[in-house]
Amino acid sequence: MQLIPCPWCGPREEAEFHYGGQAHVAYPEDPSALTDEEWAQYVFFRDNPSGPFAERWSHSAGCRRWFNAVRDTRSHDLLAVYRAGEPMPEVAS
Amino acid sequence: MTSPPGAHLPEHPDFLWENPEPKASYDVVIVGGGGHGLATAYYLAKVHGITNVAVLEKGWLAGGNMARNTTIIRSNYLWDESSGIYEHSLKLWEGLEEDLGYPILFDQRGVLNLAHSLQDVRDSVRRVNANRLNGIDAEWVDPAGVKEICPIVNTSPDVRYPVLGATYQPRAGIAKHDYVAWGYARAAHAMGVDLIQNCEVTGLETAGGRITAVETSRGRIAAGKVALCAAGHSSVLAKMVGLRLPLASHPLQALVSELLEPVHPTVVMSNAVHVYVSQAHKGELVMGAGIDSYNGYGQRGSFHIIEQQMSAALELFPVFARAHLLRTWAGIVDVSPDASPIVGLTPVGGLYLNCGWGTGGFKATPGVGDCFAHTIAHDKPHPFNEPFTLERFTTGALVDEHGAAAVAH
Repeated sequence: MQLIPCPWCGPREEAEFHYGGQAHVAYPEDPSALTDEEWAQYVFFRDNPSGPFAERWSHSAGCRRWFNAVRDTRSHDLLAVYRAGEPMPEVAS
Repeated sequence: MTSPPGAHLPEHPDFLWENPEPKASYDVVIVGGGGHGLATAYYLAKVHGITNVAVLEKGWLAGGNMARNTTIIRSNYLWDESSGIYEHSLKLWEGLEEDLGYPILFDQRGVLNLAHSLQDVRDSVRRVNANRLNGIDAEWVDPAGVKEICPIVNTSPDVRYPVLGATYQPRAGIAKHDYVAWGYARAAHAMGVDLIQNCEVTGLETAGGRITAVETSRGRIAAGKVALCAAGHSSVLAKMVGLRLPLASHPLQALVSELLEPVHPTVVMSNAVHVYVSQAHKGELVMGAGIDSYNGYGQRGSFHIIEQQMSAALELFPVFARAHLLRTWAGIVDVSPDASPIVGLTPVGGLYLNCGWGTGGFKATPGVGDCFAHTIAHDKPHPFNEPFTLERFTTGALVDEHGAAAVAH
């Protein structure tokens, strides 16, 4: 089982975590101003790269806090983890 | 002098298709040489007479999800749109062996979709009624009926998730996935389609809002039309023309046991405890899991998913306790927000999209091949894939099969 380094608790088994999809998708500032296309983009469309991907995880069976990670979707290697609110670190792809 | 190993073996039989060098230009280039790509090429040639076609495959033919699925075929989906395309597919399956002139071991042994809670029961009965209104064979069976159809299912009320009944589609079944691909490839090749392996698409060329060519690892190939049948890698290809898709690519795992005597006469699926099981003709128990939660392109998943799947399988089938695991693997499935496929036109002229089949694309192989070929030939969706546009995510006309289809998505 893969170990995921929670930025608060340290490395824990993957089964303790819950996946949250793409990170840094901000809620629209003025939702009622969006066109249908823009709203569809916000609700349904996400990046789906083969390679490094910034994504959200929750340590749901541990400290129960959300954090962000950059993970290579080809190798599943975690390239960086960082706390919510912190900027995405640079990673070599 | 000793002879080399294998010298006593007979000559390799003739290959079913050739490995041509790519031509400079084709009327239609299909990206992805899996079941959907090969079937699309076959129906383009057979139904529409379009034979100047290349199928480009980055690895070997049918080496992706076509080699990794659990071969279940059924059409008992809830919504009319889904019933339409899956039942069209099932009808084509019923004549496919004769159509292709190739054995595919299509076996209509039926599928049971188990219900484990009162809500499951209500949803299942509703789906049976919806199926019947759409002319699809479906019946509700009680636990004794489940036992009669598949005697090895544990229908004891004393388990954590007791079997309260099941929907049964007698015309559902399985087929030999490799043979299906080979049958399509052989027949398409015989009609003049070029099957080009080890040819990875690295770019899509457009001019004036229209597709003109594909860049590949084996050079540039001009194309009148380009059709994407790349399953888990669809997002990567679409991005080459700046097109964003509402897809997430996930690993989906499956496994087989060692070969056993015939013990399992049908196909059993359980959404609630999440396992689906059949027994291949050769004797392996074939079991599929749910997707791994994270995005992944690595064709492998996490072991705890297999553990959960096995615990579910053992509760349903205690007789499997002594069976040995032979092999596990994963494929990359492209899951859409409403668990329905995206098949149709794109904002780029001459570029067609077939993706989003998620965990259920195998059963659709003949149906989508036929409908997608129609879409490409006429630059207009076939009535069966008309509801499955990319625009539905903007208009809101979703075909929500997530909980609705008893689909193990």
